[in-house]
Amino acid sequence: MLVCEDLHKDYIVGNETVRALDGVSVRVERGEFLSVMGPSGSGKSTFMNMVGCLDTPTRGRIVVDGETVSELSRDALAEVRNRKIGFVFQQFHLLGRTSALDNVELPLLYAGVPRPERVVRAEQALERVGLRDRMGHVPAQLSGGQQQRVAIARALVNRPVVLLADEPTGALDSATGVEIMELFQELNEGGITVLVVTHEPEVAGYARRVLRFRDGRVIADERQPARMTA
Amino acid sequence: MPIVELLRVALEALRVNLMRSILTMLGIIIGVAAVIAMVTVGAGAQAEIDRQISSLGSNLFMVMSGARSRGGVRTASGTEMRLTEADARALKAEIPEIVAAAPTMRGAAQVVVGNTNWSTTIQGIDNEYLVARGWQIDEGRDLEPQEIRSGSKVALLGSRVATELFGAGNAIGQTVRIKNVPFVVVGTLVEKGQSSMGFDQDDIAMIPLEAARGRVLGRAGPRSDTVSVIFVSVAEGWMMDDVERQIAEVLRQRYRVRPGADDPFGIRNMSEIVETRAEARQVFNMLLTAVASVSLVVGGIGIMNIMLVSVTERTREIGLRMAVGAKGRDILLQFLVEAVTLCLIGGVLGILIALVITFGIARIAEWPVLLQWPVVVLALGFSGAIGIFFGFYPARKAAAKDPIEALRTE
Ligand SMILES: Nc1ncnc2c1ncn2[C@@H]1O[C@H](COP(=O)(O)OP(=O)(O)O)[C@@H](O)[C@H]1O
Ligand SMILES: [Mg+2]
Repeated sequence: MLVCEDLHKDYIVGNETVRALDGVSVRVERGEFLSVMGPSGSGKSTFMNMVGCLDTPTRGRIVVDGETVSELSRDALAEVRNRKIGFVFQQFHLLGRTSALDNVELPLLYAGVPRPERVVRAEQALERVGLRDRMGHVPAQLSGGQQQRVAIARALVNRPVVLLADEPTGALDSATGVEIMELFQELNEGGITVLVVTHEPEVAGYARRVLRFRDGRVIADERQPARMTA
Repeated sequence: MPIVELLRVALEALRVNLMRSILTMLGIIIGVAAVIAMVTVGAGAQAEIDRQISSLGSNLFMVMSGARSRGGVRTASGTEMRLTEADARALKAEIPEIVAAAPTMRGAAQVVVGNTNWSTTIQGIDNEYLVARGWQIDEGRDLEPQEIRSGSKVALLGSRVATELFGAGNAIGQTVRIKNVPFVVVGTLVEKGQSSMGFDQDDIAMIPLEAARGRVLGRAGPRSDTVSVIFVSVAEGWMMDDVERQIAEVLRQRYRVRPGADDPFGIRNMSEIVETRAEARQVFNMLLTAVASVSLVVGGIGIMNIMLVSVTERTREIGLRMAVGAKGRDILLQFLVEAVTLCLIGGVLGILIALVITFGIARIAEWPVLLQWPVVVLALGFSGAIGIFFGFYPARKAAAKDPIEALRTE
């Protein structure tokens, strides 16, 4: 479902080359719940951005849902992001002065979905993250946890094959973080493939599989027999 | 993304920064208003000039006794010379390009009907006059050649005089008294309006020259057929220079002016005078239009500036839109539509202001208002084009952003 083969990403800063990714190979099957861990600067975000088609590798191959995305053009990548990827950011990245509903509709707008269907699907997505009665609120009228739920609804609305979250609880207090992780767990049980980057072991505990990064490499790929439940 | 959605996003973005949007539009508003006002007022002024030229009579010379003044000083030397009806006949006979040569006298007098009286200009004319000056008979008839010859007491009234004396009633056949001499009105004249000098040309009564010389205006000079001015109209405009030279030649011969001596008469090209004024006005107009165009360009630069600011401010939004699937083209269109919307709203406001200005000026100057719809449409199109031209660079800058870097900006 998701295949990375020998991924490299080099950044040239001054005369030095930073190897943000240095040969990463991973295979993720449909329906998995994977957490990505590792110290700061170990390449987790770089990896997620590659998988999320936001960035292209210097070398290596990425296949998402049967499509080799590492060789696509900018516009083709935008289309893959739109149809197959749901991305959740640490800072939510909602449009201010725009209602939750309109925020969630955004990916559908670029997919060319007609307005009536857009509204219905955005409402369904918001219901799914438990915000049925906050649809008309703008981000400033929502708590951090609620804003992240809107962002998750936006990631879900296009029915992606994989949900990618880069430190989704990083900007939230721990109680709210737990709620968000429970939401991911719930979504995963509904059949969605989920990759979550996190520092916190207890957050990682929700996942069935943990990828550990260090210096741009995967140093461990552990499967956990039992997973924590809420 | 469908255009309706793009427009919604654009309007929302403009609304969020309402004051800034309005200030940015100002350049376009002023530019469009100025261009339309200039073109419209210019067209009105041109129509007024055209009317003045045609009311003058086409290709007209005014020939007067007395030396041409140079630098305000009369340089006449020797005996004073007076033009006569015979001079007018000679000019017409000897210069084939001349259509009409009309000897005239002019004076002021009261015209009286019963208790009503009206002070007006009395013009002594012959049969050439209406042709030379392009007058048309409204009702009744022109003076007969026989009436001119015998100095019959008949008159033509300008529309102003006819209205003042007879109101809406019929003037034809009525008797008016000029300096106590009864004249029968045989015709009225089609209205001409103001002259280029601002006189009411319709405030006039015309009588045979011979009748004017009697008790009405008195004699104009030593000879019995002396006149004050001869109006000469020429067939075609391009003949004017040549005809002017020929008139001078004929008159110098008739008055035996020595070679080298100054002309004891003056020839003025009337059409040229009006046209010179028209040209001056056109230059002025072009200057203002140039200023207006500069204002439009400056307005466009203002749009570009604000769009660049907007793109920078909304870098994160751009990154987010790209992350959820916006292509470069979507982002480009979004900002382009925003710039064009800004310009078009400015254009519409500019047109409204131009309408107010135009009607105001036309009213004060008593020009006809010639609202040029093609210009309005053109101005709108032009402001849209400014939006595209000056909005393109910022929009392309937005579209070229890298999604990750855009998302990372603060
Ligand atoms: N745009 C960039 N330019 C230069 N270096 C970068 C850039 N992005 C990431 N890096 C470097 O790549 C490495 C991995 O970064 P990142 O993937 O963000 O780590 P993590 O998310 O695990 O903290 C770090 O050393 C970082 O400094
Ligand atoms: Mg990171």
